[in-house]
Amino acid sequence: MHEVRTQTVPTLGGRLDITVNVAGKGDPVVYLHSAGGFYWDDFLDGLADNHTVYAPFFPGTQPDVPEGIEQLDELWDAVLAYDDLLDGLGLESTKLIGHSFGGLLASELAAQRRRGIEKLVLISPIGLYNDDHPYTCANWCALSFDQILETLFYDADTPRVKKRMTPPSDPDAAALWTRDFIWTLGCTGKLIWPIPDKGLNKRIHRITAPSLVVWGEDDALIPTAYAEEFKAALPNADLFWLSQCGHEPPLEQTEKLAERVATFFAA
Amino acid sequence: MKIAAFHLMPYRDLPEDFDKTHDSAWFTLPFESVADRKLCAEYYNHTLDELTYAAEVGFDGVCTNEHHQNAYGFMVNPNMMGSVLARATRGKETAIIQMGETSVFLNPPNRVAEEYAMLDCISEGRMVAGFPVGLGGDFAYSYGMAPMEQRGRYREAHALIKKAWTEKEQFAWNGKYYQLPMVNLWPKPYQEPHPPVWVPGNASPSTWDFVTENNYCYCYLTYFGAKGAGTIVNGYWDKVEEAGLDRNPYRMGYLVPVGVSATDESAEAEYGRHIEYFYHKLLHMPEQYLLPPGHMTHSSLEFLLKKRPFPSYDELNNYKYKHFEENEFLVTGSAATVVDKLKSIIKRLNVGNLMILPQFGSMPHEQTMENIERIGKDVLPHLKGIWDDEGWENHWWPQNAAPNKPSKKNKAA
Repeated sequence: MHEVRTQTVPTLGGRLDITVNVAGKGDPVVYLHSAGGFYWDDFLDGLADNHTVYAPFFPGTQPDVPEGIEQLDELWDAVLAYDDLLDGLGLESTKLIGHSFGGLLASELAAQRRRGIEKLVLISPIGLYNDDHPYTCANWCALSFDQILETLFYDADTPRVKKRMTPPSDPDAAALWTRDFIWTLGCTGKLIWPIPDKGLNKRIHRITAPSLVVWGEDDALIPTAYAEEFKAALPNADLFWLSQCGHEPPLEQTEKLAERVATFFAA
Repeated sequence: MKIAAFHLMPYRDLPEDFDKTHDSAWFTLPFESVADRKLCAEYYNHTLDELTYAAEVGFDGVCTNEHHQNAYGFMVNPNMMGSVLARATRGKETAIIQMGETSVFLNPPNRVAEEYAMLDCISEGRMVAGFPVGLGGDFAYSYGMAPMEQRGRYREAHALIKKAWTEKEQFAWNGKYYQLPMVNLWPKPYQEPHPPVWVPGNASPSTWDFVTENNYCYCYLTYFGAKGAGTIVNGYWDKVEEAGLDRNPYRMGYLVPVGVSATDESAEAEYGRHIEYFYHKLLHMPEQYLLPPGHMTHSSLEFLLKKRPFPSYDELNNYKYKHFEENEFLVTGSAATVVDKLKSIIKRLNVGNLMILPQFGSMPHEQTMENIERIGKDVLPHLKGIWDDEGWENHWWPQNAAPNKPSKKNKAA
């Protein structure tokens, strides 16, 4: 396991400090987490074997710094904050990975920074919308915790998923764990409510980075039809399907995902 | 003491097996799967008849409220109901208590300032302006706004409405959520500077801050009974004290379903299945529908998760009439028993503005009318004087609704 340190970077003219989890050594990779929040998983740890991984907390989702979200009123604020963040980290050029909600942010950021993004990986991203395949924030926000487990994963009983999704046994610690889980959904939901169709379709053509779209064949949260939608909308993209995999490839198909991403980065 | 009749306007005839065959009475329940349009027409008219009758038998006020997309209560625009009631009670001193039009559901929200002003005129100064934050699910799912914006929008809507009521000249509003080049209210409310404000709440400590900052009346509308209301109600009174305000019971409203029967023993047969219908069918919904992520502030969320002041909805499903009765989820019995129980609640929670739900769950119209009559005749007269000897003034009562009886203390002042 790599040692994960944190680094805080001022953005938006000093109004918002973003804390970044940093680990590993090598070419930089920025990783934007999903609406479930930041979690240092085996996929990121493997990535850190050959890269310097930068994984920011989405503002508001860092435990005990809930007020960060107050500086973001709309998606565009977040895109500019992350634009500032990459400048602040000195990343003139970087690889970028985004998962789900992070995939939407990564797409927007790549459309904004253009040649500043070398390679783009979108893991089950949200952000496009087609009436034939409706989905809304209620798909994940109006679920009970048990339904979240059923919906997110192909198999919620694997050790990796259990480790990630089991609250602490101490009641007070569990209350805080649940608070953070719900609050994180609230922070990310703020910018994409009620339907995450916020104009990415008008900007996605600006992305210059070669892109890889990854999707779990058994994703029950976001319609898998969006795999093809993203591939078609991105100027230069490959599509990679993972079998026996729901919405969370980093937890469910860690090795296969890591291998495909490594090949893509090396190409 | 002031006592008003409150109505939720529920769907009263859901099928017996409704909670087994449907996931929710809220948000996702298809109208056509259970509801009858002609019955809905009857419910609206019965509701108006029931509240009008409540005014006739001596209730001090009548309360309407707003919810959306459910069978629980579909009075989607309380001001439409309130205006009928204002007109029907013209010449009386009944307060028209709007609990209320939800400002954040309307855009721009100064529409609420206008409608309330209009209703205050129709009622000739008998209106209470309720300022509900609104249910999280209504805001997020029915009306499509980000849960995290609800409180910000609420505070801004409130500031805009208050300014619209009180400003002498037209003004521009450049808010975070609303921008308006000319705000110039026609009409102004009948009451000057504006009608009294009541704020309904259920569990959020952040609402107490808002209420005490503005010196409003806080109305605890709980589903979970007076026995368990201590955590929330004491929290509110602590906040009042912290803010340096007095313990005037009229700062506090409280809502409770009431059923009067011939004897204590006959109450269960009369009201048992109706309160069970309320909890098992009308409140049948996935718990998370009420609290979309981001609806509660970070600190309120922690408070709720750590204190767990309420039973879960699953637990409610297992409760029967006995449990509801024992824990004061509702108050039933002979008139004398009801009087005793209500007195105890009023004193314990320090309530000056009591709201009674005389129709709950599946209670049909005739039974509701009878219940209203019994409450009016045999209960209200024994409660109305409760706070008179302490001499509190109800600053949160409309100017042209029936005043409190002057107490000795008031007379002296």
